Amino acid sequence: MTEREISPQPLLSVREVVQEFVVRERGGARGGVVQAVSGVSFDILAGETLGIVGETGSGKSTLARAILQAPRPKSGRVVFRGTDLARLRGRRLLEARRNLQFVFQDPFGSLDPKWRVRSIIAEPLVAQHAGDRAARARRVSELLDLVGLDPARYARRYPRELSGGQAQRVAIARAVALNPSLLICDEAVSSLDVLIQAQVLNLLERLRGELGLSYLFIAHDLALVKQVSDRVAVMYLGRMCEIGPGESVYRQPLHPYTRALLDSVPSTEPGAARSAATIKGEPPSPISPPSGCRFRTRCPRARDRCAEQQPPPVEHAPGHVVACHFPLISDEERPVAGPQAGRADVD
Amino acid sequence: MDVLDDPIAAARTGAALLEVEDLRVGFAAGGRDVRAVNGVSFRVSPGRTLAIIGESGSGKTVSCRAVMGLLPAGTVVTGSARLRGAELIGLSDSQLRKHRGADMAMVFQDPARSLNPTMRVGAQVAEAVRAHRAVSRSQAREEAVELLRLVRIPLPDRRYHEYPHQLSGGMRQRVMIAMALACRPRLLIADEATTALDVTTQAQIMELLLDLQAELNMALIMISHDLGLAASYADDVVVMYAGKIVEQAPARRLFGTRGAVRMRYTRALLDAIPRLDRPAHTILPVVGGRPPDPAALPPGCPFAPRCPVTADDCLTTEPELAEHVEGHRWACWHPCQNGDTP
Repeated sequence: MTEREISPQPLLSVREVVQEFVVRERGGARGGVVQAVSGVSFDILAGETLGIVGETGSGKSTLARAILQAPRPKSGRVVFRGTDLARLRGRRLLEARRNLQFVFQDPFGSLDPKWRVRSIIAEPLVAQHAGDRAARARRVSELLDLVGLDPARYARRYPRELSGGQAQRVAIARAVALNPSLLICDEAVSSLDVLIQAQVLNLLERLRGELGLSYLFIAHDLALVKQVSDRVAVMYLGRMCEIGPGESVYRQPLHPYTRALLDSVPSTEPGAARSAATIKGEPPSPISPPSGCRFRTRCPRARDRCAEQQPPPVEHAPGHVVACHFPLISDEERPVAGPQAGRADVD
Repeated sequence: MDVLDDPIAAARTGAALLEVEDLRVGFAAGGRDVRAVNGVSFRVSPGRTLAIIGESGSGKTVSCRAVMGLLPAGTVVTGSARLRGAELIGLSDSQLRKHRGADMAMVFQDPARSLNPTMRVGAQVAEAVRAHRAVSRSQAREEAVELLRLVRIPLPDRRYHEYPHQLSGGMRQRVMIAMALACRPRLLIADEATTALDVTTQAQIMELLLDLQAELNMALIMISHDLGLAASYADDVVVMYAGKIVEQAPARRLFGTRGAVRMRYTRALLDAIPRLDRPAHTILPVVGGRPPDPAALPPGCPFAPRCPVTADDCLTTEPELAEHVEGHRWACWHPCQNGDTP
């Protein structure tokens, strides 16, 4: 139940997106193909926040860039407000991207150090020929107010004169300058101290209400993603393992990887993490990912079938989809059948 | 038997491995006198884990670097830090070097930048062994393989010959830990050692550190900005703000459903941690502002300008860190009660 009306027509529809990169060895010889994103599909409805969680190498950032068409995905469709972005070129792509903005992890890396804050925020307005000089100046002040920075104090500053939290607010002001309908946040608060992080999260939450924004919120921190998202998707080695309403994914994770991620979140209950069973080993290389289910090499429930067949996405509860041959179904729903069953409930 | 080698005896007699008392660190920057650490006292015993928590600039790293003697020349360090009774503050660099590695070692946040990219990881561990002990090359090599095994690196014989770029972030951090353990230190300081790692890797490295601590009976100090990590893994917690300790207690007393956080700053840190049990779109209780300039500290409580319940006394008189309940110290005129939010 959300207090805001969510229209059934998806704002963004991602279908079977594939992104690969060729790795060159010394001398330029083809070394292998990194299968960064392998057939990912999801929708984002207007007014909704979808969180994507995954570890380094899960492909979550590559996916975000593929949605922005920077670079374009190798295959698959990215339909935004009814238009397939992959078919757009030049000015028409630029126009479509007005409504699709992004905020990255490192605010200093994304702000030109030689520009003043006011020019940084005005840049998208200039690029899209929005208003005259006076109108743009007014809009910059408005935007600085919106993100909680006093225009009189901050408009003339350079990025190096800002703290991390202030710089990220400037990046957010620039991102919302053109009234986008979707904001992609890729680890947007991950580098901030926890108190500043909470301030920026509250700002994003406020903008959601005031501007009617939708978010694609990408982070490695499951608790953070869960806290801001209506729905949560979990990625592992280029594929989506599980997607569903945040509460449902958190209360009843169906994929063993999601379970492991949940167990790895430090708890504020003393000593809690010490008894938790976390997964062993390291993610395999995305150049030659495991056959079948990509998580099988680290999965406590893996059996022969997991190596042979890629598990198809199956909807187990309303909107809660998992790609796993042996999902973690609770004991009431499926009686304990084998030695592996019920493992998820062991503390 | 040395009381320090027996954790039970140590706990009984309260013998600390490291005792820090009234530690102060100052340096001049841009003609101004920066007071980075202002009278910090704590102790840590063998087999115990102490978490030092604070934001960037709170003085947590500087305190530990002062103990290790790793601060740049020109830094003024006063107070006392005794390791197994021997005073460290005021020692010369060569005297300190004897303690570093042998008695105490440090692991840092960024293993990629701490390792030499052009040198095989095994050779770097062997070099750490030879830096402190007169052993032959082949002996050092054998010990390096043993250390890689100790930090649970699979196939240590083969990994020995790999370069840092061939290892994942988690594996590189294991190599850094192996180097730190080269001389079996009694005190290991982990400075944000898992901050740059993924959550599942972070959990693996923390488990490894705690296992090694038990195996080698080390005292462990973990420096972190993450109070959640402290709650999960530490025995004792020190919260620092503006170069001072503002709250100090056993983790069991501070955290959990019956937690008893008293200092408002600790409360704010705890409430800002993302939590799985919060519904989507929760507006978080936040405190505004920024920590004070360490070259111009306010006269009263350093947290007063940001505190939700500041009263007149907070702005004029600084509260002392005092033991109000056995084992629990805090520095606050108007401490919060259980369940309070700022």
